[in-house]
Amino acid sequence: MSDSKPNSHNHDGHSHDHHHDHSHWSDMDLKVKTLESLLVEKGYVDPAALDVIVETYETKVGPRNGAAVVAKAWSDENYLEHLRENATEAIAELGFSGRQGEHMQIVENTADRHNMVVCTLCSCYPWSVLGLPPVWYKSAPYRSRAVIEPRAVLSEFGVKLPQDTKITVWDSTAEMRYLVIPQRPEGTQGWSEIKLAELVTRDSMIGTGLALSPDEISS
Amino acid sequence: MNTPDLKLLQGIVLDDNEPVFSEPWEAQAFALVIGLYEKGAFAWGEWAEVLSTTIHSDDGCTPYYELWLTALETIIMQKSLINETEVANRKTQWQAALLATPHGKPIELQNAHKS
Repeated sequence: MSDSKPNSHNHDGHSHDHHHDHSHWSDMDLKVKTLESLLVEKGYVDPAALDVIVETYETKVGPRNGAAVVAKAWSDENYLEHLRENATEAIAELGFSGRQGEHMQIVENTADRHNMVVCTLCSCYPWSVLGLPPVWYKSAPYRSRAVIEPRAVLSEFGVKLPQDTKITVWDSTAEMRYLVIPQRPEGTQGWSEIKLAELVTRDSMIGTGLALSPDEISS
Repeated sequence: MNTPDLKLLQGIVLDDNEPVFSEPWEAQAFALVIGLYEKGAFAWGEWAEVLSTTIHSDDGCTPYYELWLTALETIIMQKSLINETEVANRKTQWQAALLATPHGKPIELQNAHKS
């Protein structure tokens, strides 16, 4: 408002305050509120359901889910076998199911093979086990370079693999999401699943990191 | 903890302490997509395709959730859930509500008609 008189004035008792202190929204706020209010009115979405979705992804779904899956796979041969045969089902067994009907597949790291995951198309990610993806996962440089020069990308993440370790890059889609099962660190014989899960980082399940060693969590 | 040297990566900016959503509108835009999908407004594959097209037609500089929101607008129009006139009218109403709402008070559409 360019007309900025300091005083409000009344006509016939009707106040014409110049609201210098009125509320502001960013363009993004305005766009979202516009869509949301229309979609709610038309019954396409339920406002209470929207709150639950936000709360779930802010607080309940995260890489601790995936860490529990990995720790169980390390500890229980039958569970690992189930994961290999039907990861979607085996993961749902622990209470983590995808909302998008996507299929899960595990890819196992070994001494000879390292797996890493990308989505070159957009940002497909195994939300049910890892939560929402980090910013770098969604960035153009990661999406393109992970495929072209995975070894260079890995070294930037601080992961140095022996030259003869093969690297396989898995490109996620809307239908298929991958969970990397990192190698179980040495010196963890007899550890409980809960303790093992502490070694499993988010990046180790994307393949841009390795599981932590026992020393790294004790220090 | 193992803290690799993550400085000066070639274009990959690693910021691991980021919150899931940096502003409330991001969370709302995210939830709208999931909410619409869960109500059957579109298939997940259709959403991934629109999002992918939006991301790939960008120069790589637009923040992720802005692209997400653009993709949401696109799919809403594609599926004819809302039309452009409704969007334009509703924006005007919200702008009027903002002007009529003192700072710090909840912003409601009814406020637009009160002044």
